[in-house]
Amino acid sequence: MKSLEELRAIRDKARSQVILRENNDNAIRVLVGMATCGIAAGARPVLNAIVEEVAKRGLQNVIVTQTGCIGICQFEPVVEVVAPGQDKVTYVKMTPEKAVRVVNDHLVNGNVVTEFTIGANS
Amino acid sequence: MYRSNVLVCGGTGCTSSNSELIISKLKEEITIKGLDKEVNVIRTGCFGLCALGPIMIVYPEGSFYSRVTPEDIPEIVEEHLLKGRIVKRLLYKETVVDDNTIKSLNQTPFYAKQHRVALRNCGVINPESIEEYIAVDGYSALGKVLTEMTPEQVIETIKASGLRGRGGAGFPTGLKWSFAAKNQADQKYVCCNADEGDPGAFMDRSVLEGDPHCVLEAMAIAGYAIGSTQGYIYVRAEYPIAVKRLQIAIQQAREYGLLGKNIFNTGFDFDIDLRLGAGAFVCGEETALMTSIEGKRGEPRPRPPFPALKGLFQKPTILNNVETYANIPRIILNGADWFASMGTEKSKGTKVFALGGKIEHTGLVEVPMGTTLREIVEEIGGGVPNGHKFKAAQTGGPSGGCIPASELDVPIDYDNLIAIGAMMGSGGLIVMDDTTCMVDIAKFFLEFTVDESCGKCTPCRIGTRRLLEMLDKITSGNGTLEDIDRLEELCYYLKENSLCALGQTAPNPVLSTLKYFRDEYIAHVTEHRCPAGVCKALTNYHILEDKCRGCTLCARNCPVGAITGSVKVPHVIDTKKCIKCGACMEKCKFNAIIKR
Repeated sequence: MKSLEELRAIRDKARSQVILRENNDNAIRVLVGMATCGIAAGARPVLNAIVEEVAKRGLQNVIVTQTGCIGICQFEPVVEVVAPGQDKVTYVKMTPEKAVRVVNDHLVNGNVVTEFTIGANS
Repeated sequence: MYRSNVLVCGGTGCTSSNSELIISKLKEEITIKGLDKEVNVIRTGCFGLCALGPIMIVYPEGSFYSRVTPEDIPEIVEEHLLKGRIVKRLLYKETVVDDNTIKSLNQTPFYAKQHRVALRNCGVINPESIEEYIAVDGYSALGKVLTEMTPEQVIETIKASGLRGRGGAGFPTGLKWSFAAKNQADQKYVCCNADEGDPGAFMDRSVLEGDPHCVLEAMAIAGYAIGSTQGYIYVRAEYPIAVKRLQIAIQQAREYGLLGKNIFNTGFDFDIDLRLGAGAFVCGEETALMTSIEGKRGEPRPRPPFPALKGLFQKPTILNNVETYANIPRIILNGADWFASMGTEKSKGTKVFALGGKIEHTGLVEVPMGTTLREIVEEIGGGVPNGHKFKAAQTGGPSGGCIPASELDVPIDYDNLIAIGAMMGSGGLIVMDDTTCMVDIAKFFLEFTVDESCGKCTPCRIGTRRLLEMLDKITSGNGTLEDIDRLEELCYYLKENSLCALGQTAPNPVLSTLKYFRDEYIAHVTEHRCPAGVCKALTNYHILEDKCRGCTLCARNCPVGAITGSVKVPHVIDTKKCIKCGACMEKCKFNAIIKR
């Protein structure tokens, strides 16, 4: 170890491994529907794409987690974004590519991707 | 990139209830389900709630599963990790609210009142990974002192924080460091006392098992502060998991250049070696510990000279306890004021207690100084189980004293505990209920000190033996009131004349039980009666005539044939034949057998 910068670089790299374990009530929660319907429709690659993109962007205030069936199985894979103090946004018929866009536009820049939401697709 | 972290407790408690098997089964099931790239399984240190082990937490949800068995693993993997459905039947019941929602672990009674400083990383990081320790700001306190602070500033910070030794005596840590810093020598040493010997204490073990790097970092900081380049950790060989994780941690720190030569390119050299103790209680005493590190028989020597002047190998040495070190990095990073804002006027910060004995939540708790014993026992510890009544709590193990129910509301700090005849000790807290005989407890601790007395000084070697003989006489019903007076007199003699703290504190359990439970001693001598019904020689079993149905169950179970009687006629115990094993009382379905 030769400098504080070197230590900081290791810390920042390792941080993504432990950040999941912090209780953060102010975090944005991303819920991926992972009931049988969701998994059958391809929710798993969507979930992984979100996890990877969040890590790539270094977003520390985002929790990606699974949830069950919310009852709109024809629209699976469903991804919901719940930010504190804001209305829940429900994205439907997701793909890994769409998911990456949601992370970048919505989570990073704060712009809801209206064209993927349930309102634009039903 | 992992989307989920599964933390399984790998502390000694959970390991002994099979957490290793759970980890391997978990990894196996996760691989079968193809989740091995998504879910990371981590073995951590102790979570504190040992009574509910084996313990597992799944993040990001933070689901706290307790008493997990290997058979539960396929369900957890299938339901929770694959499908995202939390397995509610395995959740710690305090985290499940009536309306079926789940609250965070920090809101449960066991954790809500705790404040974790020394245990901050236990149960959070993987103790065998230096990267995870660095991720939670590990080694940045060492970086800060080496690049931004002078040794004097480090000592001033520790002094200002008000940190006192957590090994039991409560000597101000900063002051200790300043003495060693002032004494000039070609070599100085930094030692860590990890020879945790009190029966019922396991705080230091848990820190070493859960967060070994924080002790290494703190020792390097101490080395910089006093001008030392070599540290020794004296850890008992009975702690194999702690020893293994320390070895791994030292190796990793050397690889990363956080121990060794020219750390942070500042010209500061520091290295640490382990020394394993063979488990002698006296080696927890500082002079005996250093004698043992030198390779000699672990015996204490008179002080002065104090270790700060002539310690290990006759060189200036500081010796601190594991928990003391565990506080140091946080004090450096958060500042002395932050630390001093916790606790009472003369005892700052937090203290870890190992809860044991007759208590619902056996485990490890860390609370701010000044928390009352009632809060620890009743709120955090969940109270005394099986409807029994709290009688007393023993702090400080065989060197400490008991705190009776009348003193439950005293705020716990170093000075208050001494004022009521107990002591902080290293943090063992053994709870006793109304089925405990206080004379018997004093005898239990005396048996321990008799075994552990090193034999070097006469007051301790012979005095503790005589004390035990007197207690034996009292508990066997042959004592007199004069024996109680003589017992007390000898206690004070030992306190004043023993060479080291072992002998000086050995009478404490006797003195404090005499202070608060003298009536029990008197009942043993004058009435030949043990009020708690523990002392065998003074207890007789009787059958209550009106309750006995003559079922013959007791007579059939008596190993010595002391019970006689015909079917459907009340039975009788021949107290001369009875060996007081209690088998009849256990078997009786009508509560017809009593002890008195």
